[in-house]
Amino acid sequence: MSDNHHHQSFWTKYIWSTDHKVIGIQYAITSLLWLLIGFGLMAIMRYQLAYPGTPVPFIGNFLGEGGILPAEMYNSLGAMHGTIMIFLGVVPLAFGAFGNYFVPLQIGAVDMAFPKLNAASYWTYFLGSVIMVTGFFVPGGAANSGWTSYPPLATTATMGQTVWLWGMVMLITSSLLGSVNILVTVIQLRAEGMTWMKLPIFVWTQFITAFLLLLAFPPLEAAAVLQLMDRIIDTSFFMPTGLVVSGEVLPNAGGGSPLLWQHLFWFLAHPEVYVLILPAFGIVTEVIANNTRKPIKGYKSLVYAMIFLGFMSFIVWAHHMYLTGMGTTIGAFFQTTTMIISIPSVVILTALLLSLWGGSIRFNTPMLFALGFLPMFGIGGLTGLPLGLAAADIYLHDTYYVIGHFHYVVAPGTIFALFAGIYYWFPKITGKRTNETLGKLHFFTSFVCMNGVFMPMFITGLAGVSRRLWDGGESYAHAAGVFQLNEFMSIFAWLLGVSQLFFIANMIISLRSKKTGEINPWNATTVDWTDTSSPPLGHGNFETVPTIYRGPYEYSVPGAKSDYLPQSNKG
Amino acid sequence: MEIPFNVKERPDTGLYNGKLGVWFFLASEVMLFGGLFSAYIFLRNGVEYWPHGTDYLDVPLATLNTLFLISSSVTMVMSWASLKLNDFKKFKLYCGVTLLFALAFLVVKYFEYSAKFAHDPPYLPSTNNFLGIYFTMTGLHVLHILGGMLVIGYYFGPGSKMWNTEPERFTNRIEIVGLYWHFVDLVWIFLFPVLYLL
Ligand code: HEM
Ligand SMILES: [Cu+2]
Repeated sequence: MSDNHHHQSFWTKYIWSTDHKVIGIQYAITSLLWLLIGFGLMAIMRYQLAYPGTPVPFIGNFLGEGGILPAEMYNSLGAMHGTIMIFLGVVPLAFGAFGNYFVPLQIGAVDMAFPKLNAASYWTYFLGSVIMVTGFFVPGGAANSGWTSYPPLATTATMGQTVWLWGMVMLITSSLLGSVNILVTVIQLRAEGMTWMKLPIFVWTQFITAFLLLLAFPPLEAAAVLQLMDRIIDTSFFMPTGLVVSGEVLPNAGGGSPLLWQHLFWFLAHPEVYVLILPAFGIVTEVIANNTRKPIKGYKSLVYAMIFLGFMSFIVWAHHMYLTGMGTTIGAFFQTTTMIISIPSVVILTALLLSLWGGSIRFNTPMLFALGFLPMFGIGGLTGLPLGLAAADIYLHDTYYVIGHFHYVVAPGTIFALFAGIYYWFPKITGKRTNETLGKLHFFTSFVCMNGVFMPMFITGLAGVSRRLWDGGESYAHAAGVFQLNEFMSIFAWLLGVSQLFFIANMIISLRSKKTGEINPWNATTVDWTDTSSPPLGHGNFETVPTIYRGPYEYSVPGAKSDYLPQSNKG
Repeated sequence: MEIPFNVKERPDTGLYNGKLGVWFFLASEVMLFGGLFSAYIFLRNGVEYWPHGTDYLDVPLATLNTLFLISSSVTMVMSWASLKLNDFKKFKLYCGVTLLFALAFLVVKYFEYSAKFAHDPPYLPSTNNFLGIYFTMTGLHVLHILGGMLVIGYYFGPGSKMWNTEPERFTNRIEIVGLYWHFVDLVWIFLFPVLYLL
């Protein structure tokens, strides 16, 4: 194992590194780039939705005849937008980047338990993501059957779908390596005195996320293998008997079931939405505790609620399938579990809201993003409830309402939390400060734009406009009343893109600024701040590995000398 | 820099890192094969007619293969136990025998598969969903066997040098590989009755 004292070449230090911090940053940069690309795909689609059938400016010539976005390509962009945002963007950023960098630091560990596997996990992710987008260059274009890849559509789709499946297999492998690593690290490498109930909430959320990834992803891998078999060697796992495509009966033996795919897919993809939200809870909790200068209300309820959430997330998946004809008994079961799983979400949100009560809040950029997260996640969660009830879902399923629902949870929800995390930990990673003015501009513009994009979706959805329409509903009578909203949403989407320039500029300016020399600028309690320098030492993290004496949120303890007591403070 | 509990057990968990890691890995493997077994049940329940395993498959050959794998699991344990007893020669012996059993399994599997393809009309994965799921599940299982053989082969051959420098670590490695190998064996114990007998 190499440490930092002797000279290392650029390649061993930054590219093939096994240091969890470097790998965390590799994950962060790669996934942020993917978020940008995923956003770009959507920005093109939004043009077609706002002005159907008119040439797209600037890039139209690359898209199709007359500069108009062709319908097949619209489908590809949609499928790849979803895939890239979720599997290449948000999860690798939330789990790969934040988890890698801060879980070892927060538990007082010198590195992850398996540093080499950690690097392997990043590189399989990298490879998988490259494979995913090579789909754009194969005949027929990238996968175009939605991020959900439902057969028989996906089975009979063009070659891009095969590429998608191979990419998925790589990503699942990467996530397997990453989750085993986090689990073992948290269980085995906690510093002395770091008992389970002293873990920062952030570590808890990463730990539970790792469990979800470990156990939910393999069935999708099984499903991907089965779909590959269907596509490549003509098995019929997902193909019903006598399926007619373009007027001809397919030659497959038949006897399979498209529903089987949906079960296997959602068995992963519902836990996956908690993979998207749990790390966000963790980051927001850290930021809120730090900036209210108060202990988190109900630490234990938070922990138990999250564990319960983790368990329940495995038995709600078929609420995505009410309209498939799987039967009302099964539907009733999944309605019940879906209503039950809302309870821990409410507990978590309530605990965080109550934590604000009576605090002397510091409104810095990370805190603004964390505070923005709370109502946005609230809207996302509440709009999920009608979807969880089969009777209401019959009307809402596959409309823009669903799109509004999940974007509220993931975009102004999780992505805001991730921004909060980036601003909060930036001084730790670089030893420098970010610019507060640019940060606040970034927050307020993003906040307005996010709502401008997603709020109208509830309206168009309630009017019955379906998702995945190439013309944005122009040719449907029932959409006539709300069609104008498309342009409104598109404009806000593009403005949202422009708002991110504040973020990019902030990153560049701050990275070029001088180091502040502060170790713990936010006066935080957790050992990632108190026991390492900023930026942390090279491989090995701590000058002396800390011993833990206190809980994670001892802020404003009566009688204490300062308003925060580090976890490693014996006193 | 040394990662703690890489070789020695952590007192409060009683495990060293690698062992815990492999248990988690196996948990995910359970979910992988669990997904496939669920698919099997789902597909079978969804159709009126589902062939009997013996319509297509060779039970005596599979029984022989079951014996091979169970024996290989036993010799795998013996090879680890030999290391615990400091008997490197015996380790080599048992490790080698394990590899031979695994190879025997593959040879039998090869004959089984080729008999299906050579049948007239050929029995292919696309023939029906029973054969489809049979080839998929046993195929994935064979991949697991191959992966296991690769690792066991490495520690039998070049990797065994570690015994001279870090015997405890080496013994741990063999224990971990063993856990994996027993799992692969266990998967077969489920595959055999489900596919061949039911
Ligand atoms: C808190 C309670 C929640 C409830 C009751 C709920 C319920 C639902 C239901 C029933 C659907 C299916 C709607 C349909 O297709 O007709 C759905 C879709 C979705 N939800 Fe939620 N949800 C909740 C929270 C979340 C969270 C936290 C996330 C992500 C971080 C999320 C992400 C999604 C996604 C991505 C979809 C759409 C998938 C697709 O069809 O493409 N949900 N939700
Ligand atoms: Cu769900």
